[in-house]
Amino acid sequence: MSGTVMIPGSPSHRSAQRPGVRGDIIAAGRGLAFGGLMLAGLGLLLVPVIALILVGLGAGVVIDATALPGIQRAVLGLLLILTGLLMGRLLMLGVLLAVRRLAILTRRLAREWCGVPIAEAYLPPPGIGIVSGTGNGKLSFQQRLWWLVSDPATWRDLLWATMNAVVGWILALLPAMLVGVGLIGFIAPTLRHVIEIPPPAFPGNSPPVLILIGAAFVTLGLAAAPWLLRAYGGFAGAMLGPPGQAELALRVRHLAQTRAETLDSGAAEIRRIERDLHDGAQARLVAMGMALSAADELLDANPAAARALLTEARDASAKALAELRALVRGVHPPVLADRGLAAAIQALALDSRLKVDVLGSLPGRPQPPVESAAYFAVCELLANVSKHAGARQAWIDMRYEHGLLRVDVADDGHGGADPAAGTGLHGIERRLAAFDGILALNSPPGGPTVVTMEIPCALSSPKTSSC
Amino acid sequence: MRVVIAEDLFLLRDGLTRLLEAHGLEVSAAVDNGKDLLEVLTADPSGVPDVAVVDVRLPPTFTDEGLRAALAARREVPGLPVLVLSQYVEQLYARELLACGDGGIGYLLKDRVFDSAQFVDAVRRVAAGGTAMDPEVIARLLARNSGDGALAALSPREREVLGLMAEGRSNAAIAQRLFVSERAVAKHTASIFLKLGLQPSDDDNRRVLAVLAYLGR
Ligand SMILES: Nc1ncnc2c1ncn2[C@@H]1O[C@H](COP(=O)(O)OP(=O)(O)O)[C@@H](O)[C@H]1O
Ligand SMILES: [Mg+2]
Repeated sequence: MSGTVMIPGSPSHRSAQRPGVRGDIIAAGRGLAFGGLMLAGLGLLLVPVIALILVGLGAGVVIDATALPGIQRAVLGLLLILTGLLMGRLLMLGVLLAVRRLAILTRRLAREWCGVPIAEAYLPPPGIGIVSGTGNGKLSFQQRLWWLVSDPATWRDLLWATMNAVVGWILALLPAMLVGVGLIGFIAPTLRHVIEIPPPAFPGNSPPVLILIGAAFVTLGLAAAPWLLRAYGGFAGAMLGPPGQAELALRVRHLAQTRAETLDSGAAEIRRIERDLHDGAQARLVAMGMALSAADELLDANPAAARALLTEARDASAKALAELRALVRGVHPPVLADRGLAAAIQALALDSRLKVDVLGSLPGRPQPPVESAAYFAVCELLANVSKHAGARQAWIDMRYEHGLLRVDVADDGHGGADPAAGTGLHGIERRLAAFDGILALNSPPGGPTVVTMEIPCALSSPKTSSC
Repeated sequence: MRVVIAEDLFLLRDGLTRLLEAHGLEVSAAVDNGKDLLEVLTADPSGVPDVAVVDVRLPPTFTDEGLRAALAARREVPGLPVLVLSQYVEQLYARELLACGDGGIGYLLKDRVFDSAQFVDAVRRVAAGGTAMDPEVIARLLARNSGDGALAALSPREREVLGLMAEGRSNAAIAQRLFVSERAVAKHTASIFLKLGLQPSDDDNRRVLAVLAYLGR
């Protein structure tokens, strides 16, 4: 779920408008690229249209054949209907997915090229998946189809593709077309000795006039390009962004899910602590009490045996202490409590058998629940590095920017981490999701692995530190 | 010998006082928070104790108040011997203590009080400018250095000696502990220093610090 939710404030608002002619040319080129995407969408839309036409044609032929018996024609008609239906069924998923990919790409380009951030609001695929958007490969055909069809965002994407096929010509392609017509239609014919293009026929079309008109077209196209590109971004934003209500509904689902998970994991944690106390420290204290009272009874009759019992009681108390220490460390580590996240991560690095470099710093302390979630996430990630990565070194980088706490854990191991193969990474993801935080994993086979977590949060002002 | 105790739990403060007094040490003050500790340790130069035994977690913050007060006191009174007690030992805090001047530093788990003879020995050692590091700190330092080729080249006995030395024990104490002669320990120490490429020294504490610095790289 969290994989599909954008963190507020995180997308880079890089508005890539360069001044001058160069910027205009780039804008026209980008418009052209959007136009290409538009045509691709149009092509995709044609697939169901063709399927429909085939079905209709086939039905016509069959009806025709029943009126005038003709067995070959009836077969042809049935074949047409079948082809149409098969196309519909088989290609529907492909078309829907392809339209979604186009929409995702358009959103990205609209952000990068037009400076218009567009939030993505697809339903997560059934089951949990860290990377969603286009779904993971483990669903059946039916499940995938249903997942797409039942998502209102799919239908908004289709509406966009349709509208785009009309509006895109003007907003996306117009500048490039103007430039093209100016260059090829008017200016090129003046170089008649080089290229064989007949000049357009109108009175007084001497080369200077042609060049003048051509230059006007080119100038107009280039001048309009940045404006139209921005307008196209606005259009895409209006069509492809989630409507307010859908955004709210999505938010509610997200909150309900993460709340349920938080409550579950909280309850599980309390059960674990209770069990640990019951089987560990509590049992040892009972043993201690028994040894002490036995020693009390033996003290006069058999001092040597009493002494042995006392030693036993002392050992039991030391063991109980050690167990309590381990328990507390797993719940609320001392350095985290004393000094906060940055120092606790330093302490983790010092305690690790691996060589761990800690970079960066934090200008203050996040709220305790955020600190704790981030700390235990780093613990799990470091444990993963020493368990699975075969790494020689690990790096932890932490920083706080734009209301976002960001921690990277990287290693030089063999990579290939797969959240589906274990429980740790999913556990971190769920824990972070309770704070609208996300976990991003980059671990190609062969390495290196970089795991990044981002949690939106506020920092308290730093306390003055010691020595 | 005059000792100052800083511990907020009455039971432990009382127990520590009695334990130390039973072994012939004088408890000149027993305080229960960081501010009072700093005052007692730095107020009047003639009243500076021979050693301070300090709990890490003290009021009012119940975080590392005691540790910070101890470090602050050492900055005002350089070399002031401090033995820090805690329910937990942390490498980070061990490092901070070791970085605060040469010697006269101890960092032990509270459990070590159970063995009163050993504990009082550690207090005396720190008071005399020596070092007392908890075996758990040393065990984790050694584990962290398990990939070190020079350490791997040590014999099991030498590694044992290295561990005890890093805790801050003298050759005589190590010999007693391992049931060997002091000469044998001296031989092991020389060999360890050679293998780790450290400068040999006759001074017990200098040796301890060199070993700790090596392990804490
Ligand atoms: N840093 C890493 N380098 C290489 N592989 C990793 C790394 N982290 C995790 N993995 C792989 O990804 C799987 C999933 O990790 P995780 O969800 O933490 O489960 P586990 O409980 O097995 O640690 C692991 O079983 C391991 O094979
Ligand atoms: Mg794991």
